[in-house]
This record gives sequence, C-alpha cells and structure tokens, in this order.
Amino acid sequence: MRARFLVAVLAGAGAAGAAAGLIATAAFLISRAALHPPVLHLMVAIVAVRAFGIGRGVLRYGERLAGHDAALRALGRTRIRIFTHLAKVAPAGLAGFRRADLAKRLADDVDAVLDLLTRVVLPYAVALIAGAGTVLLVGSLSVPAGGALALGILLVGVGVPVLQSRAARQADGRLAPLRGSLATDTADLVQGLPDLIAYGAVDARLAALAATGTDLRRAERRSSALAGIAAAATAVATGLSLLVGLAAGAVAVRAGVLRGELLAVIVLTPLAVFETVGALPAAAQRLAAGRASVRRLREVLAASSPVAVPDVPAPPPAGPHTLRLEHVSAGWSPGRTVLRDVSLTLAPGDRVALTGPSGSGKSTVAALLVRFLDPASGRATLDGADLRSLDPAEVRKIVGYLPEDAYVFDTTIATNLRIGRPAATDDELWKALASARLADWAGTLPEGLETAVGEHGLALSGGQRRRLVLARALLADFQILVLDEPTEHLDDETAAALTRDLLAAAGDRAVLLITHRPGIAALVDRVVELGDAPQRRASATAARTFSALAGTPAGSGQVP
Amino acid sequence: MKPLDPRLLRYARASRWYLAATVVLGVLSAALIVGQATILAYGISAVFLDGATVADLMPALVALAAVTAGRAAIGWAQEVAAARSSAAVKLELRGRLLARAAALGPGRGPATGELVTLVTRGLDALDAYFARYLPQLVLAALVPAVVLVRLAPADLVATVTIAVTLPLIPVFMALVGLHTEAANRRQFRLLSRLSHHFLDVVSGLSTLKVFGRAGAQAENIRRVGEQQRRVTMRTLRIAFLSSLVLELLATLSVALVAVGIGLRLVAGHLDLRTALLVLILAPEAYLPLRQVGAHYHASAEGLAAAASAFEVLETPAPVNGSLPAPSGAIAFEDVVVRYRGSDAVRISAVVEPGSVVALTGPSGSGKSTALNVLLGFASCDSGRVTVGGIDLAAVDLVSWRSAIAWVPQRPYLFAGTIRANIGLGVPGIPGISEVVRAARDAGAHDFIVALPRGYDTVLGDDGAGLSAGQRQRIALARAFLRDAPFVLLDEPTANLDAATAASVTTAIARLAAGRTVLMAAHRPELIALADRVVDLTPVGAR
Repeated sequence: MRARFLVAVLAGAGAAGAAAGLIATAAFLISRAALHPPVLHLMVAIVAVRAFGIGRGVLRYGERLAGHDAALRALGRTRIRIFTHLAKVAPAGLAGFRRADLAKRLADDVDAVLDLLTRVVLPYAVALIAGAGTVLLVGSLSVPAGGALALGILLVGVGVPVLQSRAARQADGRLAPLRGSLATDTADLVQGLPDLIAYGAVDARLAALAATGTDLRRAERRSSALAGIAAAATAVATGLSLLVGLAAGAVAVRAGVLRGELLAVIVLTPLAVFETVGALPAAAQRLAAGRASVRRLREVLAASSPVAVPDVPAPPPAGPHTLRLEHVSAGWSPGRTVLRDVSLTLAPGDRVALTGPSGSGKSTVAALLVRFLDPASGRATLDGADLRSLDPAEVRKIVGYLPEDAYVFDTTIATNLRIGRPAATDDELWKALASARLADWAGTLPEGLETAVGEHGLALSGGQRRRLVLARALLADFQILVLDEPTEHLDDETAAALTRDLLAAAGDRAVLLITHRPGIAALVDRVVELGDAPQRRASATAARTFSALAGTPAGSGQVP
Repeated sequence: MKPLDPRLLRYARASRWYLAATVVLGVLSAALIVGQATILAYGISAVFLDGATVADLMPALVALAAVTAGRAAIGWAQEVAAARSSAAVKLELRGRLLARAAALGPGRGPATGELVTLVTRGLDALDAYFARYLPQLVLAALVPAVVLVRLAPADLVATVTIAVTLPLIPVFMALVGLHTEAANRRQFRLLSRLSHHFLDVVSGLSTLKVFGRAGAQAENIRRVGEQQRRVTMRTLRIAFLSSLVLELLATLSVALVAVGIGLRLVAGHLDLRTALLVLILAPEAYLPLRQVGAHYHASAEGLAAAASAFEVLETPAPVNGSLPAPSGAIAFEDVVVRYRGSDAVRISAVVEPGSVVALTGPSGSGKSTALNVLLGFASCDSGRVTVGGIDLAAVDLVSWRSAIAWVPQRPYLFAGTIRANIGLGVPGIPGISEVVRAARDAGAHDFIVALPRGYDTVLGDDGAGLSAGQRQRIALARAFLRDAPFVLLDEPTANLDAATAASVTTAIARLAAGRTVLMAAHRPELIALADRVVDLTPVGAR
C-alpha cells in the first residue's frame, strides 16, 4: 500500500510540475519570439511546451488512480479491524454505544479513512513538492518574487487552514451533536413509524426533527463565512504574487540583473502553482472531520470485553458435559447485581426449565453459560473446569444459546439456517425446518429455501421467525442447548407441541429451557425457579436481556 | 444524469436564488479574469520592450490590486452562498422526504436502512454539488464566452483555435459521462447495500458469536469490501478517464496556441502584448470546463442521492378518504390480502360495537394482517372493510386512527422518557396523573416507580433497558391513555410471564369495557375475554 501511495505522490507532483513548466516555458518561448530570433533557437522551448502539455494530464490520471487504489485497500483493512474488534467485545463490551451510533461509526467513520488519504494526505504531499520546486525556480530568477510566491503558498496552504480549523472547531462543536441527534431522531422516526402513525404522533415527531434540522442549518450558516475565507485568501495570495513578481521583475530588468525575456516567466508561473495550492484549504478542512472519525473509531477499538480470554486456555473437556453454576452472582455492569447466589446443574441429557418473572435474571443465566458474561462471584463450570479457564469460543462450540430476540439476517432462509452449520446440505436444512415445524410452510413457498426473509426477518410472521431461529439452533448440533423463550409468539397448543418436538429433536443433548409458560413444567425433568425477592426485582428491572442490536446488554448503559 | 435536475429547483426552493446569485457572480468573475490578463500583458510588455520603470507601472499595479480585491470578494461571496443554500436545500429535502415516508406508511416506502442513509449521508453529499459543481458549471458556460469576446478583436487565429477546440470538451464529457452515470448509480447502490449489510451483520453480532460465525463474517466483509474496491476502481478508471481526456484537450490546446503565437511573433505578424494576452487567457478559457469534469465525480454521489430522493417523493401515497372517523360495527367483507411469496390471506369477520372479538389461527393465518388493514398499513387486494357501514377507503385515515388504540406484537419505544412514551398518543405533554393512572391500569406502575428516576427515566433507543414484558406494559399504558373507542391488540400477553399475563388480562378487560375490541390472540385466558372468536385457519387446514 505504501509503495502505491508513493507512486501517487510522485505522479501528482509531476503533474503539478508539468503545469508550472507548461506556462513557464510558454512564457519564455513567447518572450524570446518577440526578439525575432531564428526559429531553430526556439525548438527546445517548443518541444518542452508540448511535452509538458501531454505529461500533465497523464501524470494526473496516474496520481488519482494509484491514490484511490491505495486508499480503498486501507479502507478495507480498517473495516475488518473494527469488525473483528466488535466481534471480540460484543455484547457485554458495547454497553456504552447506541445502535444508530454504532452503525454510523461503521459506515461513515470508516469511509472517512478513504477521504483522509486521497483528499488530505495526497494533495498536501503533492503541493509540498511542486510548491518547493516552483519557489526555487522563481527565486533563482528574482529573490523577492520567489519570496512572495513562498509567502503566498504558505498563506494558502498553512495560514488559512489554521485559521479555518480554529473557527471550525467551535462550529463543529455545535454541528456534531446536532448531526448525531438528527441521525438518531431520523432512525427513531423511520423505525417507529407504525407506532407513530397509529398514535397520530407523526406530525409532532416531524416537527421536532424539522426543529433540529433548522438548528443544524443555523449552525451550518454560521460556519459558512469560514468557507469563504479560503477562496478569498487564495485570490489575495495569487494577486500578491503577481503584483510582487511584476514590480520586482520591473526593477530587476531596469537594473539589468534580469534578462527581459524571463520577466514573463516570473510573473506568470505562480498562476499555475496556485491552481494546485488552492485545493489545500479544502483538504485541510477534511482533515478535521477525518481526525474526528479516527478518534471515534479509536473509541470503539478501545472498548474492552468484560470476559477475559485466558492466555493459555485449558483444553476443552471431551464430554459428556455437565454444566454447573455454583452460588453465582452476576450483573452487566459493576455494582449492579442482577443475579444473586444462583446454583444450577445441567447433567448430560438433563431437561431443565428455568422460570421466574420478567427481570429476574433468566437471560443473565444464559449469558453466563455461553460466557457472554462472567460471574461477579461464585463459579460457572463445565465438567468441573472453571469456564474462565476455557476459551469462550470453545465453550460456545459446546453450549448453544437461542436468545429471546435471536437475530434474523436480511437474506434467504437457507443462508440464515447455514449460519448454524455452514456445510449443511439442503436435506439437512429441510430436516431442521421439520423439527421446528416450519417445513410445511416453507414447502409452499415458490422459492423454497431461497425465499428472502426481509429486513430483521419482517417478511415472516413472529411465529415463523421464532421457528426459523429454532431450526438454526438445532442445526448447529450443540451438545448443550440454552433456549430462551423458544415458543414465544406461539399459541399454547403449538408451543407445547413444538417443545415436545424440540426435546425429542434434542436427543441426548442437555437442554435448559428458559420460559414463563407454566405448562412447560410437565415436559421437563426439573424446574428451577428464580425467585423475585423485592431487592432482586428492583435491581433486575434495569439490566436484563439482550437488545436486538449487537446483543448490547440492555440497561447497562442507558438507564441511569 | 442531468447536470441540473429541474426537479431540484422544484422541490428545493433555495436552489433557485442560489442559481441566480451564482450566475451574477460568474459574470463578474469572468470580467475580472479578463481585466487581470489585460493588465499583466500590458505591464510585462511595457517593461520588457518599452523600457518602462516601476513608477510608469504604478497605475497598472493599482489596477491589479483592485482586481485582486474584487476576485477575493467574489470568491468569498460564492462560497458563503453555496454553504447557505446547500444547508437550506438539505433541510427542505429532508423534511419533504420524511413527511413523504410518513405519508406512505410502513411497508410502502424504501427499506428503513436505505431511507436513513439517504436522509443523512445521501443528502449531505449534495454539499459538494452546490459548493463546487454548480458554480463551476455556471463559470464553464460564462468564462469561455467572455474570454473569446475579448480575444476576437486582438487575435483572430488564436480565437478560432480556442473556439474550435473548446466544444470538443463538452462533447467528450458527454460521451464519457454516458458511461459514468450508470456506473455512478451502481456505485451508490453498492455503497448503500454495503452499509445495509454492515448494519445487519453488526446487529446480529451476538447471534453470529453464539454460532462461532463472527470470524467467518469478518472474512465475508473482507470479500465484499474487496469486491467493492474492484468495482469502484473500475468506475474510477472510466470516471478519471473523462478528466484525463479533458485535461489533455485543454493543455494540448494551450500548448498549440502558445507555439502558434510564438511562431507568428517571430514572423512579426503579432505584437508581444497581444501574444501575452492570448497566452494568459487561453488556459483561463479551458480551466472552468476542466474543473467541471474534476468536480463531476465528487458531486455525482449527491446527484444520485437527490435522484433517489425524488423517486421517494414521487411515489404515490395511498389514496386517503375524506370522511370523518365513523363509529359502529367493523366488518371485513371477503377481504383478501396477498403477500409476496406467501398464500393470500382471506378474512371475513364482523365486530359489533362494544364487543370483544378474538382472532385465532396458526401463525401466518392473517391475524396481524387483519389489524394492519384496519390501521391502513396494508390494502385489500379485493373485498372491503366497513365501519358502521362506511367503506374505510372513503374515510380520512388520520381521523380514523385517532379513534384507535393499538398495541402491536413488538411495540417500538422511543429514545425519551417513559412518560413521553406513554403519552405518545396525546398531543402535548400529558399530565403526570393521567400517565400514572394509565400505567396503573396497564400494570406498569410498579416497575416504573422502582426505577431510580421513575417516570422520567430516559430509555435507550428502541426501549433498551426494559424487558419485553415491561415494554409491552408501557405500550398497553399508551393504549389506556389514548382512551379511544376502538382497540386493536396483537397478542398483547405473548411476552409476559403467567403472573403478569394474568394481571394484564384483567387490565385488558378493563380497557375493553365500553369499547369495540379486535385482538389477535392465542392464549386461552385472553380468548376467554372475547364475546366471539373468529378462527382464521384456512378452510383447507382445519
């Protein structure tokens, strides 16, 4: 990537140099011609003019292609780095970020890396080389003209950006929160549209959004005066170089220090340089935005997971597996205990139901068992080994978890199922669908397994979504299954039938069934009841289950 | 893609005065460019050939300073006008887009992710269009004309050379542009698909982790990103080719003109002052055209976003009736609703005023669809729904919805306080006593007051911080506070544990008293509340 970028810088400097060279040699050519020399004496200048004319376009093309290619590669790497980190710390490590925010970070801030390279670093590197070269050329002919040119370049390339960024920092302080809240409000409006329309609250929401928009517009207007400074300063700097060039050149020619035919070179060459340098203030403006994006990306990269991966994980036990909680207390953030002194054993082939009122920490138990969370006190063990000594990824190969709001991806039924087992054949997919009692319905679809399920699976009914994620969990072939409200959105009869089916489909796997359906008790070996002591209940209301996004432990960050 | 979409002037009024201001500034700018060139040509030849001193040049130097000041002022005004008008245009388009999306209702407009991207990132891309492309377009039309008018009396040969090569630039631009336009649209679609794919994958991160698939998704993202890079580079090779052709044309023409006047100077057919004027002005004639090419790429994204916005704005909204909300019995008369890739849903049912009707049937039999048709979220493909004998299609939906309290399967809670969420259906800020009464009725009061900040607790987006049961009870409190004659419930106890479900069922009984209730239900205790049960199981499946 670095080599590609260097190619871009050199090509760009060459292009800018060719532009200056074209006007300089042309000015010289014409001035010489005015003295009526033999045409042969002009041949070198004529060839140079034509060569610069061609070189400029070709080099510029090379600069832009190489620069974008290098930047796109950098972009891809940044995206992967961010995603890999998110995958490592989710869900418990992302408590502090909001959904709209996180998505925006991934899309916008990562894209800003591209901008930073092609539109900030590249033009500055090019202007530095080309500007220095031209100043040397003009300065060798007339020191004051060279000095004025250098001054002009510094004014446009450094002075204006410093001025701009100082004022822009204030403006951005106003703009960024407004843009953020505009994005959140927009997402809120669009996603909550059905509720808003049904309750006649759309107009009020639109008005609130318009008010935020007006504030944003006002802030944007305020910073607009700054955008103009750059254009004005570039005009002033160009004019200054022309003025000084003409005046100093006139003095030098009269004094006999400068040959008359070089006067046009001194005066006119800066015109070409400012074409290149004039782009710098805009580039510098992007630098501020780019730096803010980089800072936000660093924030995401700095999020750490509360679940520690041991340096040398113990080898995963071979099984058959016994999963055990011993006097465990746990919570999603320090000092906020959701679960107090819970003990539970899941022996091979066990069918256990975990019940309790909403907010009693049922989903927290599940999170502990798949190591999305570690106990604050007590132990969670697999075949006697503390879960903390094992690699979390290995634990999740043995213990499967179907959360209450398991995610359905915006793709086909088959692709959603194959997340459970990538190598599954179509027959295996149909078998899993049959176990979840979805095969009959899927069989009626014209596109069968290739039917798209829509955003968040919204093309399916609630019950169908539930069965789909259940089929996916069955397909994954975990030896221990933790199912959180697997029969949600189904009527009691279907729920009981489905539970019976899935217990049968589970075979000799151990199953922990988290449910509030009283009827389920009859179908399992044992029922563990999470009590609702008042103090537990009060603290449990805040932190509980996984929200749909990134499985952020809901409540650990948002509710004060 | 047209350089200036007339729809932009129609949908965003601020763009009209901006265009006018840009034309005026463009004319002034062109005049100053010509003035500066005239002064420089005079000054250089006076010193070089006529032996003028700095003192002789004084008037020219003062004029040059004045031209510089003028160009600075115009440059400043242009940027300020651009920033202001683009802010105004974005505000206007954003408002229109969201209002349109609201008028279209769920399911009829673009996907939520796409819409959010369009309203935020997409419209922001218009900045480049207004600040860079549009002024440059105006200059590209004005400056060459003014330059040619100045050059014609001075040197006809150079004028003709420039006049002949100039039109080649827009011709080539159009030829290459034809290709780039399609590529740019593809590019924008690719980007928004990529961002949707990202959001989807990040949203399902826990699920991926459970299945040990997060690592594989990283590989997937890498592959998609690499594919995006290749496609983008393909687009850019062509897009940049347009600027290459333009630059080559422009610089070679300048070189041609320079060599030509040089040779004519030697022959004595031309004086130095005229030659210098031609040399300085020739590049100025090509410059704006070249920059149009350079800015086209940057602004194309904005134009593509604007085109998507106009598409949404021009999507016809469902026809809205004008009659006020009727009262009386709800009747589904042989209603058929077809969903993509699924069997048609058939509904025939009557809900007498003041009665409670439960819709039952397996998942997918149309319980939710029936409620969506009543809310105007779905349209009947055949048959009709009447209320009090009046066809719902003739009724004003806003008025009709104000007579409805709705509790969906998965209610959406907004970033804001619990109090504001409960008060969603009443205008202004509801009185705390009414909110508390509604929350008590819904069985939500106890858990709300147990929160440290009670009713003023600020929820994360989409109600993060609450359990499914708690969210449902807040939605139910909404319905109580709404106090509407019609109540639509979509399996309201599905997410509640047995004890809570029982208390909510009691609450629903309270809510049902004196109202007309239609609910999708599968729990026996809920069905027990119904005066009548309508089984929607398809006839063949019974």
